[in-house]
Amino acid sequence: MNGDGLTVRDLRVTFDGFTAVDGVDLDIRPGDLRFLIGPNGAGKTTLVDAITGLVPSTGSVRFEGRELRGRPVHRIARLGIGRTFQTATVFEELTVLQNLDIAAGAGRGPLTLLRRRKEVPEPVTRALETTGLTGLRDRPAGALAHGQKQWLEIGMLLVQDVRLLLLDEPVAGMSHDEREATGELLRRVSGERTVVVIEHDMDFVRSFARSVTVLHAGRVLSEGSVADVQADARVQEVYLGSAAGSGSVPGSVPDSVPGSVPGSGSVPGGVPATATATVAEGA
Amino acid sequence: MTTTLSPSPPSAGAARKPAGGPLAARFRVPGAFVLGAVLLVGVAPLVLSDFRLSLLAKYLCYAIVAVGVSLAWGRGGLLVLGQGVFFGLGGYAMAMHLKLADAAAAGSTLPDFMQLYGTSGALPWWWAPFAHPAFALAMTVLLPMAVAALLGLCVFRRRVKGAYFAILSQALAAALSIWLIGQQATTGGTNGLTDFQGFFGYDLDDPVNQRMVYFVIAAVLLLLMAAVRQLFVSRYGELLVAVRDAEERVRFLGYDPAAVKLVAYVGAAGMAGLAGALFVPAVGIISPALIGIVPSIGFVIGAAVGGRASLLGAVLGAIAVAWAQSTLSDAFPAAWTYLQGLLFVVAVGFLPGGLASLASAVRARRARPRTTPPAPTGGTA
Ligand SMILES: Nc1ncnc2c1ncn2[C@@H]1O[C@H](COP(=O)(O)OP(=O)(O)OP(=O)(O)O)[C@@H](O)[C@H]1O
Ligand SMILES: [Mg+2]
Repeated sequence: MNGDGLTVRDLRVTFDGFTAVDGVDLDIRPGDLRFLIGPNGAGKTTLVDAITGLVPSTGSVRFEGRELRGRPVHRIARLGIGRTFQTATVFEELTVLQNLDIAAGAGRGPLTLLRRRKEVPEPVTRALETTGLTGLRDRPAGALAHGQKQWLEIGMLLVQDVRLLLLDEPVAGMSHDEREATGELLRRVSGERTVVVIEHDMDFVRSFARSVTVLHAGRVLSEGSVADVQADARVQEVYLGSAAGSGSVPGSVPDSVPGSVPGSGSVPGGVPATATATVAEGA
Repeated sequence: MTTTLSPSPPSAGAARKPAGGPLAARFRVPGAFVLGAVLLVGVAPLVLSDFRLSLLAKYLCYAIVAVGVSLAWGRGGLLVLGQGVFFGLGGYAMAMHLKLADAAAAGSTLPDFMQLYGTSGALPWWWAPFAHPAFALAMTVLLPMAVAALLGLCVFRRRVKGAYFAILSQALAAALSIWLIGQQATTGGTNGLTDFQGFFGYDLDDPVNQRMVYFVIAAVLLLLMAAVRQLFVSRYGELLVAVRDAEERVRFLGYDPAAVKLVAYVGAAGMAGLAGALFVPAVGIISPALIGIVPSIGFVIGAAVGGRASLLGAVLGAIAVAWAQSTLSDAFPAAWTYLQGLLFVVAVGFLPGGLASLASAVRARRARPRTTPPAPTGGTA
């Protein structure tokens, strides 16, 4: 339909008879900051896997008018699509600088590759500053703290200069301040690029999402602004399940879908902890 | 606009510097290289007898294979257990040329062994081009590289990994040596090709010319070490390590890991081919027993013991293991086979970085007593 942005139509992924993504339609405008939420096992990661070519799928995935399905992973990446993984994946034995330099270099010719790096490329210097890793640039990435690895991954996406960023739980395990800083960065980045973030922490979603898609059992359950989605009865049903009971806590339900304790992003008041564990735990 | 992500950037930003100050660090590698060159080209020929020097020439051929193993296995994570194939292709290409040249010098068109087993009396068509020295020389390197490229394309595209790749390599080495044994009339069979008189016009019985062969081998080793060292510190070298440790991640950055691995694999094959070609004048024989399954494992043991990810470690390991083999296998022929297997298992299982990693582990412990050393170098591809 629309040439720009990401358009997913009737996407399906099946593992040995189990359908993990079950006919998903998705339209993400350029410059959007879309959050993908949903309980554990909803198919969020699998959806990103299918878009980036990691798992085979049926249906259609178009980005900037080009069909992505059927292309190998590295070709999809070259079309301007980058992703991070649920568990930060960096090249542990290489330094921070080397990690970023590799991410910046997919277009390099053989002659450049065979030579030693003489100077740090401009985008790499900028990414080092943006991610606050300048002082650690000669450290092996394996020696970084968990949060720093996640920033390094985001930095790698930035230097990769992709136009669509797919981030799988980028702030999991980060402190409140770190989350805020990451959210601000994603907000800045999203203006000129399209950003899709898988996230469990509802505080984070509320603060930074421009739009939200809720996945459940492989299907799109709800879509819209944060407020729209929070008000959606089906979403409340999925997140609160039978534990809260439909209507047993009428007034507080819409507000308690996301964790509403400021800062900690954990259990909202008035709802049994078990029912909201999936929303709040942030993996 | 460049607010940093980190609310409080950690201060521990000091890069790890090698001991001995920046100047020493700068000249450490070139210094070691010059020292090695002086030892190999200057000292060894002076202090070693002709016999010992020719033994060293043989060990250096194994060291050349190890340079490639260090690249493909050490940096690329490809457990190349079939280097005998490439060593053999290079060796046979060279041996065929020497045989034809010997025959021509004796006024015959057929190599001596063919006259002996001779069936048809005509030179097989695939022997004929090897009469040209330039063609034969080129083939010693290009033939192994072409075979590796073909095999690598199939294997890496299909994402065949780890043990399967190693088994496939072994099977290929077995197949080649079995085929050679079966083709007695055209390849010399089990005996291989041996009994060479001349080497591009030089008499191989003359000790002076044997020394020349030694110098050529030493020079090739040093040049390849310099080239591969350059490759290690190049951007390609970094990319190769990245592919070894997290192939999938590299793919998502827009690279094709198959292409990255292919370069290392084909390069290592070319080096093994060259080593095989140089082995022929140095040792005077190439035969199926030198290129089958057991020697193919032997080619990586030296690198494993010395430290496959460290170029110098791999080279010294290969020389040491080759020396141990020729010393021990005469005295205890049966025991050596077991010892070889044991060495391999111990090196791969318990000391993945080889002896080279012991030194740096000790250094790291002295520098940072509290932290645990980093995880061992990645496994097999
Ligand atoms: N390779 C696979 N083979 C079989 N089943 C799989 C595979 N990958 C995922 N699944 C299943 O598909 C479903 C969706 O998984 P997915 O990882 O996409 O969920 P998710 O929404 O990302 O969950 P989480 O929030 O826990 O990360 C799960 O039931 C999971 O068990
Ligand atoms: Mg997931």
